[in-house]
Amino acid sequence: MRILLTISLWLFASGAFALDAATVNKLGFGDGDEKIAAIAALVAEGDPAAAALLQAATDGELQTSGKLVLIVKGEEGVNAATGAKVAPLPEDREDVILNNRVRRELGGAVAALKLISPDRAIRLAAAKELTGNADEAMLPLIKKALARETDAGVKQLLELTQATLELKTGTKESRVGAVRTLGLSTNPNTKMLLLGILEKSKEGTFTEPDEDIRIEAQKSLLALEGRLAWGERAGVLFTSVSLGSILLLAALGLAITYGLMGVINMAHGELIMVGAYTTYVVQNFFKRTEFFDWYPLAAVPASFIVAAAVGMALERLVIRWLYGRPLETLLATWGISLMLIQTVRTIFGAANVQVENPSFMSGGIEVLTGVVMPWSRVYIIAFAALVLFLMYFLLTKTRLGLFVRGVMQNRAMASCVGVPTARVDTWAFGLGSGVAGLAGCALSQIDNVGPNLGQNYIVDSFMVVVLGGVGQLAGTVYAALGLGFANKLLEAWQGAVLAKIAVLVFIIVFIQKRPQGMFALKGRALDS
Amino acid sequence: MTDVNSMTGGMGRRLYGPRGWTVLGLCCIAVFVVMPILNLAVPAESPFHVSAYWVTLFGKVMCYAIVAVAMDLVWGYAGILSLGHGLFFALGGYSFGMYLMRQIGSDGQYRQPMPDFMVFLDWKEFPWQWWNSDSFLWCAMLVVVVPGLLAYVFGYFAFRSRVKGVYLSIITQALTFAAMLLFFRNATGFGGNNGFTDFRRILDIPIATPQTRMTLFAITGATLIGTLLLARWLTTSRFGRVLAAIRDAEQRVMFCGYDTVHYKLFVWTLSAVICGIAGALYVPQVGIINPGEMSPANSIEIAIWVAVGGRGTLIGPILGAGLVNGAKSFFTQAFPEYWLYALGLIFILVTLFLPQGVMGLMKKKT
Repeated sequence: MRILLTISLWLFASGAFALDAATVNKLGFGDGDEKIAAIAALVAEGDPAAAALLQAATDGELQTSGKLVLIVKGEEGVNAATGAKVAPLPEDREDVILNNRVRRELGGAVAALKLISPDRAIRLAAAKELTGNADEAMLPLIKKALARETDAGVKQLLELTQATLELKTGTKESRVGAVRTLGLSTNPNTKMLLLGILEKSKEGTFTEPDEDIRIEAQKSLLALEGRLAWGERAGVLFTSVSLGSILLLAALGLAITYGLMGVINMAHGELIMVGAYTTYVVQNFFKRTEFFDWYPLAAVPASFIVAAAVGMALERLVIRWLYGRPLETLLATWGISLMLIQTVRTIFGAANVQVENPSFMSGGIEVLTGVVMPWSRVYIIAFAALVLFLMYFLLTKTRLGLFVRGVMQNRAMASCVGVPTARVDTWAFGLGSGVAGLAGCALSQIDNVGPNLGQNYIVDSFMVVVLGGVGQLAGTVYAALGLGFANKLLEAWQGAVLAKIAVLVFIIVFIQKRPQGMFALKGRALDS
Repeated sequence: MTDVNSMTGGMGRRLYGPRGWTVLGLCCIAVFVVMPILNLAVPAESPFHVSAYWVTLFGKVMCYAIVAVAMDLVWGYAGILSLGHGLFFALGGYSFGMYLMRQIGSDGQYRQPMPDFMVFLDWKEFPWQWWNSDSFLWCAMLVVVVPGLLAYVFGYFAFRSRVKGVYLSIITQALTFAAMLLFFRNATGFGGNNGFTDFRRILDIPIATPQTRMTLFAITGATLIGTLLLARWLTTSRFGRVLAAIRDAEQRVMFCGYDTVHYKLFVWTLSAVICGIAGALYVPQVGIINPGEMSPANSIEIAIWVAVGGRGTLIGPILGAGLVNGAKSFFTQAFPEYWLYALGLIFILVTLFLPQGVMGLMKKKT
């Protein structure tokens, strides 16, 4: 569908028509043989306009009126030969009748023209379409396209298709060559094809009589399976790192508020939600302008600032009065989270809202057939790394970071040497909340944004921080990535829900063994 | 540890003063005499008639009150804030729910001896969890054993490793969260999303009649009063004093030679068992149990009942459960939009301004 759309857009946009009127007329008014000849001529022309015309013919958009041949889309029509707009449309239009023979020719011609289109994307799409369902009649056409093809990616696909076809019809030499080529593929469908060669019939004889070909097929199959396994591993690796980076983002803010400050902030998930909704609002604002793709540039700081402001207000109004009473803090912040959820419900409604990706984040890189790395996730991994670096920098290299660490280690002493501890608390909590907001901004690109967004992450975030060890950025990073891997590996083996349960149970057991987490600060106190 | 605490232990101590017993007696009369008469004997047109809705609501709140007392035992007296008590409650409910599902017999939607959800999943036999589930006694035993065993195993490892405070709260929350995910799966064999519902009979008696409802109500009331007396007896005993000492200074108690693990483990397991019983009483009255009962939010709500009433008192949590759930019923009917605001405010205001809860407020007045 996408190809059709691209082609037709291209047709109406360019309007560069230079088709031979006689050929077009033959296609419109000629009998079967004349039409086929016209199609062949159009293919030979190899012109984008010819491609569009043939496409229109395939879609039944070709009509005639008097001596005119028209391409009619809905209520709009253009002259098929010149591309000039015809308005108003004549009343006496008749559809161009195409019999099955002509249709078959037309189908091949459309595919062939796509293969020689100057646009690489169209060629690639056409080649991809052909890998699955090419028939022998297309072989000469594919050979022709291969001869002209310069792009490596398209060429590889075409060679595969060629090999598939050769395997069915070619001589022994060409078939052996074809099997060898198939071994270079990364397409899971090719595996089925090779397996088919090695299959035995019910009587115990091979369906493929030629032994040389069977041997080659065996070799190719081994190579292919190895490559597919690597592809699968790469896929799991990528999704694991991706999940790990998401967990890291969600937990980084908590690593400050809980890890460093010791505040059990159950509203942390809701601060993530606040960040996500801020992104939504910013996105809506940018939708009206032409700079939509730039909205993340505004959304990232906005979500940080809004979440940080909410966090600082909370610290001043509620949490400040509960320092040293962790269980009460837990309950009070839970109350805050309920109120934040209801506020969002009242303002934005209970249903999920739609946050659109900017165009550079949609799509992905196809590493191997079937293994796609979506751009949104790639960007989030990079974003998580950036936020981590900034936080590390802020905590270790700046004055605020020094104060924060000082207050957390020894409040009384820090106060004695003149650190404004109360203000540092507020700033540190704001920083942690702001990072939660950043997490929300990132999550809005890949997850549903709704009032319950935060609730889905709160347990996970706490698990990451607790597992990593309180007061440790490094621990948080290892824990997030470790949990990402554990989750994805178990998921491949036992399904998502059981994997999640297994991970939770593992954490519960782990904490029994090492109550201070993986990277505990060394100390000799019985009670920390 | 021979007879050090003879001043508090022994036979001579009293659970309540005369006033306390009078109030308790009045409550007994209200539950066992007044409510049945108002519901069953007074005709429906009379303004004094108590409708089925109210009986169910009171029954439900009494179940919650039992949970609140159990929660108070671990939180108020032993200082362990559990965010997973909803799990024990739900496990008790599910254990008894299995029996109720079997009692439906072939009266389900599909007219088959298997519960509807199993027919729907095309299961031919009962999975192992359902073994002997048509026996009332077996299921009644499960109600006690399943939550108790889980709590014992979990508590043994947690307390032995000296996991406490917030860490313990968070892993109890993870526990109930994991269990919720598990019960959401259809393959777990407990009805997935929908859980158990549509009960028909209990002990072969139709469940929806006013008499059965009243009986369940009275049993719940008796259990609540029994739980209260048991908890009172425990907390005023020497055991209760050690618990309070653990809550206030665990290190010191350990250095005095007490094995705090056993004390905590006992009260923790007992609390879970009580929750299980409350869950078992809840299910036939409310008529449904599903994995939502295990959500972390539900378990935190239990903590707020106790906090509203007043930790470390036993009457307080009962009052708290009544107040919060009364407010919930009122709000969800009158202003459903504002219930979460109200609940959130309760959480914040109680922790900020009423650390002793309603009971503390009363004490200050007198």
